[in-house]
Amino acid sequence: MLTFAIRRLLISIPTLLFISLVIFLLLELAPGDPMAQVPLTVPDEVKQKMRLALGLGEPVPVRFVKWMYQFFVVEPSVFIDWLFGTSLSEGQQRVISWQTRSPVMDIVVQRMPQTLWVVGLAYVVGVLIALPIGIISAYKQYSIFDQAGTFVSMIGFSVPPFFTGVLVIVIFSIQLGWLPSIYDTTHVVNDWDSFVVQFKQMIMPVMVLALQTTAQISRFMRASMLDNLNQDYVRTARAKGLSESVVVMVHVVRNSMIPVVTVIALGVPAIFGGAIITEQIFKVNGIGQLLITAIQANDLPMVQTITFIFAVLIVVFNLIADVLYGILDPRIRYD
Amino acid sequence: MTDPAANAPAEALVTARPPRNQWLDVWDQFKTHRGALFGLAFFVFIILMVTVGPLLWTYDATFIDIRARNQGPSLAHPMGTDQLGRDMFARMMAGGRVSVAVGLTAMALALMLGTFVGVVAGFFRKFDGPLMRLTDLFLALPLLPLLLVGVLLFRERLNGLFGPELGIFILIVTGIGITSWMPTARIVRGDVLALKEREFVLAARSIGTPPRRLISRHILPNILSPIMVSATLGIATAIITESALSFLGLGFPPDFPTWGRLLFDATDYLQQYPGRVIWPGLAISFTVLSVNFIGDGLRDALDPRIRGR
Repeated sequence: MLTFAIRRLLISIPTLLFISLVIFLLLELAPGDPMAQVPLTVPDEVKQKMRLALGLGEPVPVRFVKWMYQFFVVEPSVFIDWLFGTSLSEGQQRVISWQTRSPVMDIVVQRMPQTLWVVGLAYVVGVLIALPIGIISAYKQYSIFDQAGTFVSMIGFSVPPFFTGVLVIVIFSIQLGWLPSIYDTTHVVNDWDSFVVQFKQMIMPVMVLALQTTAQISRFMRASMLDNLNQDYVRTARAKGLSESVVVMVHVVRNSMIPVVTVIALGVPAIFGGAIITEQIFKVNGIGQLLITAIQANDLPMVQTITFIFAVLIVVFNLIADVLYGILDPRIRYD
Repeated sequence: MTDPAANAPAEALVTARPPRNQWLDVWDQFKTHRGALFGLAFFVFIILMVTVGPLLWTYDATFIDIRARNQGPSLAHPMGTDQLGRDMFARMMAGGRVSVAVGLTAMALALMLGTFVGVVAGFFRKFDGPLMRLTDLFLALPLLPLLLVGVLLFRERLNGLFGPELGIFILIVTGIGITSWMPTARIVRGDVLALKEREFVLAARSIGTPPRRLISRHILPNILSPIMVSATLGIATAIITESALSFLGLGFPPDFPTWGRLLFDATDYLQQYPGRVIWPGLAISFTVLSVNFIGDGLRDALDPRIRGR
């Protein structure tokens, strides 16, 4: 198992290198020029120097290697400095945003909590709703509950988040006026009233994201439960005289959870991608909104870094899913 | 010893049932799935609306009548008018035409790519490893951010080459096609690997059929059903992706509406005219829902183990 995990980890390194190369080369073709806003009175040689100061003007392979060095050596050492108060990164050039002229990672770290709060909570809520739905749908297959569950998950698959988001805003903010349509990230929770405000503004984004998650995971849970309910060990457990709740909740659910856990792990990066849209609807200033504004402002280092963070998330969670599957299911042997 | 007289009724019985074609069987099974039938009816309705509808409806989607702006639903404008007095019903039909066209073409492109990669990987052993690694790499790419970046980078250039409308259409269709072929490739490869070992393929190979014809005559017809199912799912994801891009403001320009763009434009007037977001949203949702139901029904209908039960 350990060798498998290590081998899997080693395979993900070339994957990440390839992805970073793709992102880098794609952005290399960008038509925008960061010097376009500089006044015409600035002489040409000064412009060239400014270009060099921004890290442009060198051949592509050199810049790729330098970017990799910045991303994989300088930024982590800044993080270590921040953790332990060391000075590893002193005098090192960090990845600088063209918009704000400040390090990209600092801005990403500022934006991360909002995204994690909304997206992470939505995922947890979605999974918590999905699991019971899946279990009951499978246990009472073809019942009214099952039919309704199938229909609701079909809606979750079909109705895109940019419509559900706008729809709940129309209903709950405009028609009924119960909930705020804009997520206020500067809001500080310090007493009960402010907690209620925070709770109210989180309901809609979390529910919109959770609907997608619920639709997917409840289907997987149902299918996996159905596979297990007809197994011999279930009959044996019943024959032993175990109560029905023990049979279903302990024996069947635990075995059905094996594939579902990996699906849950695999879904985490996708939900970050979906958050790009949800953040745009509810005006959450998270990482997805940062990406959109960076794209609109032609801020290439920012776009590069955020896209690469998304790629790292996908690769890491694929790795987690693979390893988890091996740990949870002793029948799986990777050698 | 055979008795012709005894055999006659049996033969009559056999021939009394008219010869069945495979697609008739599929259709019979498909008909039993009520959701799929509704889905098909709705999808045909949408296709008719967006192809024939604009020819019959008097208003043009880009005709600006500034005096009639922001009107509610009326007999002249069943879905009202927008902030420039353009008829929403005409815009919905024009937008649907683009959305459905993007969905169909992007699906076709993704399907061709996916089938090609899947067949080559499954059929030729030496391409299997590299092509599947490539598929894994593509699956690890963050697709929505990359699509956004791609639209940003190539929009100007393609607009210059093909004009603003065709340029963005080509860009979005290729973007979606290139980023969504991977599931099809995996499914097709799996099926080809299983089919390759079957006796009829061996028989065809032993009489000297070249690989090209082996693929086109024996392999492709037998993997048609998973391809058709992933085609329906492909339409659904392509429509949603295109709408998402347009919704983020990085899709089609406003004078060339799609359903996603209409939704995006309507969100600016959400406070005053909340009704305007409902129509494009409903159109996207119902189209995708109907396509998903068709896929569900097709999956059952094309599976010979389920068919006839």
